[in-house]
Amino acid sequence: MDAEDLRRAITRIAHEIVEHNHGLERVVLVGLQTGGVPLARRLAETLRDIEATEVPVNTLDVAFYRDDIGLRPVLPEAVTDIQSDLTGCTVVLVDDVLFTGRTVRAALDALNDYGRPRSVQLAVMIDRGHREVPIRPDYVGKNLPTRRDEMVDVGQEGVEVGSMQK
Amino acid sequence: MRHLLSVADLGADGLDELLRLTESFVEVSARAIPKVPALRGKTVVSLFYEDSTRTRLSFETAAKRLSADTMNFSVASSSVKKGESVRDTVETVAAMGVDAMVVRHGSAGVPWQVARWADVAVINAGDGWHEHPTQALLDCFTIRERKGSLAGLRIAIVGDVKHSRVARSNVLAFSLLGAEVTLVAPPTLLPPSLAGWPVAVSHDLDDVLPKADVVYLLRMQRERQTEALLPSLREYTSLYGLTRDRARLLGDDAIVMHPGPMNRGVEIAAEVADLPGAVITRQVANGVAVRMAVLFMLLGSGGDLGA
Repeated sequence: MDAEDLRRAITRIAHEIVEHNHGLERVVLVGLQTGGVPLARRLAETLRDIEATEVPVNTLDVAFYRDDIGLRPVLPEAVTDIQSDLTGCTVVLVDDVLFTGRTVRAALDALNDYGRPRSVQLAVMIDRGHREVPIRPDYVGKNLPTRRDEMVDVGQEGVEVGSMQK
Repeated sequence: MRHLLSVADLGADGLDELLRLTESFVEVSARAIPKVPALRGKTVVSLFYEDSTRTRLSFETAAKRLSADTMNFSVASSSVKKGESVRDTVETVAAMGVDAMVVRHGSAGVPWQVARWADVAVINAGDGWHEHPTQALLDCFTIRERKGSLAGLRIAIVGDVKHSRVARSNVLAFSLLGAEVTLVAPPTLLPPSLAGWPVAVSHDLDDVLPKADVVYLLRMQRERQTEALLPSLREYTSLYGLTRDRARLLGDDAIVMHPGPMNRGVEIAAEVADLPGAVITRQVANGVAVRMAVLFMLLGSGGDLGA
């Protein structure tokens, strides 16, 4: 995927969010630190262009909710910033890559501590498979079959697949 | 096993990392539900051989906000009264399967011994006149919150430096982060030697105050003073107390700090403690977040504390 493909995917996902929710009333975006945050911002810009509505963008770091605390180094990348009261809202979680699903599971736990959303949806740029928990995305930029030991990187210029450096 | 025993173990990078992590816990503490599941199933025990209100409660709050279980031990109601040694007590508590011990003791070095005796993470919550690293961390965090950075700041530490573990830890931490520290005290309340301390010394508070970005007042530790070091408390207050008149010498942006508990009317005037430049309650609030960061770093992150 190059930068243009990325832009088209974001535009399509934005349209799907509007269509699926019959507008943008009480829709809130929550970008997962760190890869989901720039995507959430771009989604909000696109949503503004197509619906002329300002959708709040919040950011969430799930470090303290992970299930592998103590098993590997876990440190937050950034401070969580959730200004909206999520109770009664439709929350769209945004992340760059969906892999095992454990980050999303942790994010669902974290969201609970900020209120009770009416519903939670999941938007990801890349679904690379290998799920370890029963989680599925509502909006997908691209399904990208990978090997477990590969790395997927979503940047401004597009998506790259590399080998895991360890 | 990793511990937090001295500020010196952290180094500038370790300090910086902990302060950055603290920001995440300030956010957690500000929520409607200020609790995360990060340390579920871990047990933190406070082993306090000296009295404490804020440090003990602060650690307990921090552990609970991380979903850890907490146990408390205080000398007055324990087998110490029956003559049990520190080592036996530590080994007994460790045998119950705890993950971290928060240790305060009147003698310097006890937390190091505890770390040798028990296979748990040990946090020094004050050992004699020696060190109190989490106090230094919360002070650095509070200064950063107000001033952005400690680099180049002029910090005056005023009062009973001799008996103060807070002063020792703070001199280390402040200078590691690039601040210029001046100790202001009568000669009898300074340590016998300051060789190797990265500080300047003054005996004239009125001269230091107008230039100071931060004034850090120490508690007059009457319980540790075994000899007559001062003619009278009144004389101390007239020369080294931050009275209302003297507070007028402070710059507009200067902040006033105190580790608590305050002797109002001795080292700090009652009104001064309530001035806008006083960040004393902010220090207490930040103390919880800093201790969450320390506990998480030691028990949860798998990360390394310092060298």
